[in-house]
Amino acid sequence: MSRHPLPAEAPEGASPGPRPVDLPGVSALGRFGLRLNASLGALAIFFLHAAARMLHWKQIPEIVHQIYFIGAKSASIVALVGFFTGMVLGLQLVYVMNKFGAVGFLGTAVALSLIRELGPVLTAIMITARAGSAMAAEIGIQRISEQIDALQTMRIDPLGFLVSPRLAAGLVSFPILTAIFDLIGILGGYVSGVILLGANAGSYLYRIDASVDWSDVRGGFIKSLVFAGIVITICCFQGFFTHLRTDSHGSKSVSLSTTSAVVLSCVWILIADYVVTSFLL
Amino acid sequence: MERTPLIEFRNVVKRFGERTILDGVSFRIYEGEVTTIIGLSGTGKSVTLKHIIGLLRPDAGEIRYRGTPLQTMSRAQWDAYIGRISYMFQNNALFDAMTVYENVALPLKRTTRLPRREIERRAMARIEQTELTEVAHKYPSEISGGMQKRAALARALVTDPQVVLFDEPTTGQDPIRKNAILGMIAEYKKKVGFTAVLISHEIPDVFFISNRILVLWDGRIAFEGTPEEMASFDHPFRDEILRSLQNLREDITGVYSTRHFKMRYQTEFGRGGPEETYALLVFSFDNVDEIDREVSPRAAQETLRALGTYIGKHFGAVGGFTTRQTIGEFITILPFSDLEEARRILERFVADFQGEGLPRLAEEFRREIPPERCFDFAISAGMAQGKPLIELESVIEFARYGKQPIAAFSCGLRR
Repeated sequence: MSRHPLPAEAPEGASPGPRPVDLPGVSALGRFGLRLNASLGALAIFFLHAAARMLHWKQIPEIVHQIYFIGAKSASIVALVGFFTGMVLGLQLVYVMNKFGAVGFLGTAVALSLIRELGPVLTAIMITARAGSAMAAEIGIQRISEQIDALQTMRIDPLGFLVSPRLAAGLVSFPILTAIFDLIGILGGYVSGVILLGANAGSYLYRIDASVDWSDVRGGFIKSLVFAGIVITICCFQGFFTHLRTDSHGSKSVSLSTTSAVVLSCVWILIADYVVTSFLL
Repeated sequence: MERTPLIEFRNVVKRFGERTILDGVSFRIYEGEVTTIIGLSGTGKSVTLKHIIGLLRPDAGEIRYRGTPLQTMSRAQWDAYIGRISYMFQNNALFDAMTVYENVALPLKRTTRLPRREIERRAMARIEQTELTEVAHKYPSEISGGMQKRAALARALVTDPQVVLFDEPTTGQDPIRKNAILGMIAEYKKKVGFTAVLISHEIPDVFFISNRILVLWDGRIAFEGTPEEMASFDHPFRDEILRSLQNLREDITGVYSTRHFKMRYQTEFGRGGPEETYALLVFSFDNVDEIDREVSPRAAQETLRALGTYIGKHFGAVGGFTTRQTIGEFITILPFSDLEEARRILERFVADFQGEGLPRLAEEFRREIPPERCFDFAISAGMAQGKPLIELESVIEFARYGKQPIAAFSCGLRR
């Protein structure tokens, strides 16, 4: 059957109207645009709703609990990744800079790369993998087992109860973990560049001190706050609306929501990184 | 003057995709009453409750609370309405990362300004009432399904709600706890005067605490009335009730409890016309008191149990139903039988009993008494014709009057 039904017979004397144009690519693009628009709008409302309920004294115990889960429990993995990222940076940059006789700038290159870009981005991705996926799965299970419905029947706002403390904890934890990543990364660069490859230690530390500006640190923190908002909102949103998925049901929908939460978070971290960087520079 | 309903459904329609679950459902729930919704699985009972609590919205029709449509309520009105209602979910919906105590205390912690000690006191009171004290600090996954159900019940009642919606509160409970939960609902209703809406498959147990019954059938309300009025309910669902009553017979003995017997009688003959008849048989174990006194209560009970099992299974196979009327007396009803037919069935029973049942009974009896003791017992039977219009007690009395010995046992010898 045609998707553009026309009258079986045109009225006599009437001029033929415009023929419908069937461009599947354009229609698909239009549908994607509408869906994207609706999703972004829903995410924004979800974020604002949760953010508005963050600051309440009854949230404090749960916020502390979530800081422990998102922050403290992620610290070791973030430190480990930060250390090896710094080591790889030190290793690569020593070889590259040697070609230009600029090894003395190793500290500058390592510190600025980490503080401005790699620290916030990799920290956010690590937290997404460790805590974001867990959030999506936990909230998803609560949704399919009617625990979220139970909250509604008890007059407890599910967004305030489940999402707001996580958002608050994310906003506290992301910058702190980013700072840990940066510091350990700089240490890793020192180990590989200075201790293993023989770059000058004093030069490495002096260049960091001389080249890293407060605006660099602030920029990194701004990014980590933006990423916190993105990661927590996307992961909680995916779990919260698990039951509305049309591609699966039950536990399968939880697993797909968790996958979507991680993938979308990573993609939006990188998109947001570009946007925020372009504003900061 | 007609009472104003507390909650009223008017032609409510609910569809999930192509499937219509509620197809113009209309009913009323009155304040201070226990209303039970019964129906087959998948007929929309839980969906109906979820409309009341606002978890689902109707596609068409209207739900009213004290005459005000829920759809037109302001935010403040809605909050006040929801604040009066509590909902116990069919699958409990307990928070699996919280202990039983934390689950029960949660509504108080999040929606009231009560001091911590008062919250603890109220939550623990409900936990004690539902016999969960020992597992109060365990997680839902560490306790049995029945305990989880009771934890959900405790959570539903902890805020002292005015209206409680129970979605199968007794499913998965053992018979003692099932009765305890129904008793608790009845007692709580008496004490607080709350309104309860129950979904239950525990027929006829729920009838004893219900003021009104709603039967959901094929997306519509097929019956709305009192449990007594259900007797005249002429509908295919009635057959389902009868079947469920048959399942209530104690599997081992084949004998109904007195309550279930009366309910079965009511369901079979409650709407019967004056022409319908049944035969009633009375069996008595004549010297049960003497055995109880002279031998042992256990000997009397075990022998009676064996007799009840034999009677229950024998007459159950031909459509009869039996109960234990007094300590040494069993009553059997053979629906739609006249005296002639009943006499033939009884004769077959006596022949079978003398050949097979009595030796088994004697063996049971001998097992309970010392070998040197010698004791007699005798069994009598009487019958009478009954009609729905005649009081059951009168028919029983009449059957007792015509009792005659059908079997006896004397010191190891059959007579």
